[in-house]
Amino acid sequence: MDTVIANAAPRAGLAHDLGYLWYRVRQSPLTMAGLAVIVLVLAVMALAGVLAPFDPNHVSLEQRLLPPSGAHWFGTDEVGRDLFSRILYGSRQSVSVALFVVPVSGTLGSLVGCFSGSIGGKVDTLIMRCTDIVLSVPSLVLTMALAAALGPSLFNAMLAITVVRVPAYVRLARGQALLIRELNYAKAARAFGGSRWHMVSWHVLRNAFPPILVQASLDVGSTILIASALGFIGLGAQQPTAEWGAMVATGRNYILDQWWYSAFPGFAILVTATGCNLFGDGLRDILDPRLKGK
Amino acid sequence: MASLLSIEDLTLEFPIYQGSVRALNGVTLRVEPREIVGIVGESGSGKSVTAMMVMRLLVEGSYRVRGSVTLLGRDVLRAPEAAMLELRGSQVAMIFQEPMTALNPTRRVGGQMVEVIRLHRRLSRARARAEAVALLRDMHVADPERILGNYPFELSGGMRQRVLLALAFSCQPKLLIADEPTTALDVTVQRQVLLLMREKAREKNAAILFITHDMAVVSQFCDRVYVMYAGGVVEDGPTAEVMANPRHPYTRGLLAALPDRTGSRGQLEAIRGSVPDLTRLPEGCAFAARCPLAREACRQRPPSVVTDPAGRHRAACWAVQEEVQTP
Amino acid sequence: MPYLRIIVKRLALLLLVVLGVSIITFVVSHLIPGDPARLIAGDRASDEIVLHIRQTLGLDQPWPVQYWRYVQGLCHGDLGTSIRTSRPVLEDLKAFFPATMELALAALILATLLGIPLGILSAVYRNKWVDQVVRTLSVTGISTPAFWLGLLLIILFYGRLALLPGSGRLPEGLDPPTRITGFYLLDSLFTGNRATLVESFRHIILPGFTLGFVHLGVVARQIRSAMLEQLGEDYVRTARANGLPKWGVVFRHALPNALIPSVTVLGLALGDLLYGAVLTETVFAWPGMGSYVVNSIQALDFPAVMGFAVVVSFAYVILNLVVDLLYLVIDPRITEAG
Repeated sequence: MDTVIANAAPRAGLAHDLGYLWYRVRQSPLTMAGLAVIVLVLAVMALAGVLAPFDPNHVSLEQRLLPPSGAHWFGTDEVGRDLFSRILYGSRQSVSVALFVVPVSGTLGSLVGCFSGSIGGKVDTLIMRCTDIVLSVPSLVLTMALAAALGPSLFNAMLAITVVRVPAYVRLARGQALLIRELNYAKAARAFGGSRWHMVSWHVLRNAFPPILVQASLDVGSTILIASALGFIGLGAQQPTAEWGAMVATGRNYILDQWWYSAFPGFAILVTATGCNLFGDGLRDILDPRLKGK
Repeated sequence: MASLLSIEDLTLEFPIYQGSVRALNGVTLRVEPREIVGIVGESGSGKSVTAMMVMRLLVEGSYRVRGSVTLLGRDVLRAPEAAMLELRGSQVAMIFQEPMTALNPTRRVGGQMVEVIRLHRRLSRARARAEAVALLRDMHVADPERILGNYPFELSGGMRQRVLLALAFSCQPKLLIADEPTTALDVTVQRQVLLLMREKAREKNAAILFITHDMAVVSQFCDRVYVMYAGGVVEDGPTAEVMANPRHPYTRGLLAALPDRTGSRGQLEAIRGSVPDLTRLPEGCAFAARCPLAREACRQRPPSVVTDPAGRHRAACWAVQEEVQTP
Repeated sequence: MPYLRIIVKRLALLLLVVLGVSIITFVVSHLIPGDPARLIAGDRASDEIVLHIRQTLGLDQPWPVQYWRYVQGLCHGDLGTSIRTSRPVLEDLKAFFPATMELALAALILATLLGIPLGILSAVYRNKWVDQVVRTLSVTGISTPAFWLGLLLIILFYGRLALLPGSGRLPEGLDPPTRITGFYLLDSLFTGNRATLVESFRHIILPGFTLGFVHLGVVARQIRSAMLEQLGEDYVRTARANGLPKWGVVFRHALPNALIPSVTVLGLALGDLLYGAVLTETVFAWPGMGSYVVNSIQALDFPAVMGFAVVVSFAYVILNLVVDLLYLVIDPRITEAG
């Protein structure tokens, strides 16, 4: 079966590759759904100022703990702030965490990993041992401990999550670097005198990109969850800033009578994380060579 | 006497990005009872796909198909799955190229054989096991009891192929399809397995449809041969005739590339060019781009089939057509 | 003997890990601003008391010395003393461990009982609607914030329907069964105590489901992936060519072979569940290690946090070891080939 397909003449070009990627993405309704959610959340994040009917920080004690209604779609919190607006603005906290953490940890980790894999030797072993150790500490606990130690704030939360995420990328990139080193064409390039660092970094980065991309897209979802978990226990963005996890936590005090307070922010977390994970999953299915065919 | 297998104008496509791959392009072939028929061609010629379609083993929904396949009187393309299940492994059996991976690696051989035997015959476990022993012995396996207790990875490639052959013959099939069964084996073992296959097929009155890329094997083993190229049959006929008097340029090219033919000091000739892109088949003859005899007509229309006066040796080629018409 | 090599390798790693974990948590806990001695003493204590505490606990020593003393303590099984409860951390963790383990096991059972069939369906019907549904469910499971799901379930089953309890392992006033294993369900069963058995069960349903729901997705995806790999193998083609019906192939050939590599994932899922219980326990006021650690974090009780990290990392490596050995046992290719 493979030989039949392989006879199709290869057409090179980045535009073609991207077109093919888009074709595969379009084929999967779930992946498209994920993409739609991501676009929606990004839009909310950007346009919160325009979309929110109320000022998220506007306190109004006569209006406290109102159920969902025409005026306040998601009800109000314990000091009368409109929950719908707060949720819209809350997207900024959660999403910005992901937008910071994933690229930073991904880039940092990949660079260290590529370096480690290309250099080899004692340096490589040392870096890998360190990575192994950090990875064997339960990540949630380490993140929480680090965030607590640094002090509760959005930035510290982002920092804590980033630090804990880096080792996974280091390991991933290093594995790819090792593979590339062994490939014949890399050896051939070396034989032709290409500068070692240049050749290695270019080939390594280009080939390591798909798995790293997949890992990154999967990470976005879990970053959002961890960020909201930190918010839930009081680390992360502080009051009066609206943050989804923190809102669920506060709402916990009122759950029996004012169920909407915890329900809606949590639902926002669910939807966002689901969208990111669906898209990341879809991407992985497409880019994973082992699942191809049939 | 009706043919065991009759394929008429079979065309099959796999949809892919930006088009589809036409794996089979109007294939017509027949297998009569007790014949050994060979399909020879290079990678991508469609020979394996043809074999898989005989038992409808391709994944449902992954392909589009036109034409007809009639196996033991049944319309394969339209038959319900239950009918196909009955056929597979009992009246029609198939063995594949890679004996190394063809058996479940985590179960003992005996268990796997018993499972297949009991699928098609109502035997108790003990009886089925005895039957498995007998089948292995029939395949000239020494100490079959021990083999049954082994895991596949403990057996050599040749031994595994014997196990698979034993399984194939376990229910007295009328047709055995063998897709490159010896390609992955050592040369010495290859010959043994081939002889075994032929011996058993004759013994049990089974026909063999033998798929290979190796013309040398075909010449020694098959009664009739079909030569396939880029999804179509370009020539077919009794093996001896096709070998002695190849009519299609492609067949000639294949034969010229055989070491035996060029004598001890001749140069091996490769056919220049490469296989066409199956997603963009040319309008005319698929071989035209590489053919030394290509002419205008070849590029414009697919060639029609020319049959020799005896009616057994056919080729699809405009050059042959002209040859026939100009006495 | 492959067994021996693996055990030795894992034990070496264990040593390394515990060491490393202790370093990391030590470093982290010394990042905190503020004075731990004052935290223990309280805001209103006099300076002498604070000084005294600092000296007693050796907090005035340079860091390397403090670390060395900690490691020495570790070798004797001493994880330090909790600032919050003033008890040895090891004692605290021992007291809370069974509750967490019971919850984690309940969640694991749920996740595997539901996850495996879903994964199989998803693989066999790849890309059909069944697959899409299962994949959506799996992804939703993984994307659900456990603390939120728990709250929703409490609202529904406790608040509205008053069917199930909303917190704790047992209702107020009901004493726990005699402690044999620390697992209330088993202990009740062993001592024939019907009341606590029923109540323990009622109390574990919601948190167990909450925790398990997330891992349902993990299990289903792993099984799906392993099944897809097996279904693409040659021996499956042989089986089909021999006339084996589709489901026969799935259950008798593909599934057993898919479970072998999945054992690793499932085994490690238990480790994840152990510390993933952190938030679920908080929401359900489940008296396990998870709530303990969250309270400790919020109180900046770092000896306790460090102790927890060390214990869970330890458990994780042991779990890895068990899983590796299990793998050896069940894959005949490894044992027979010696």
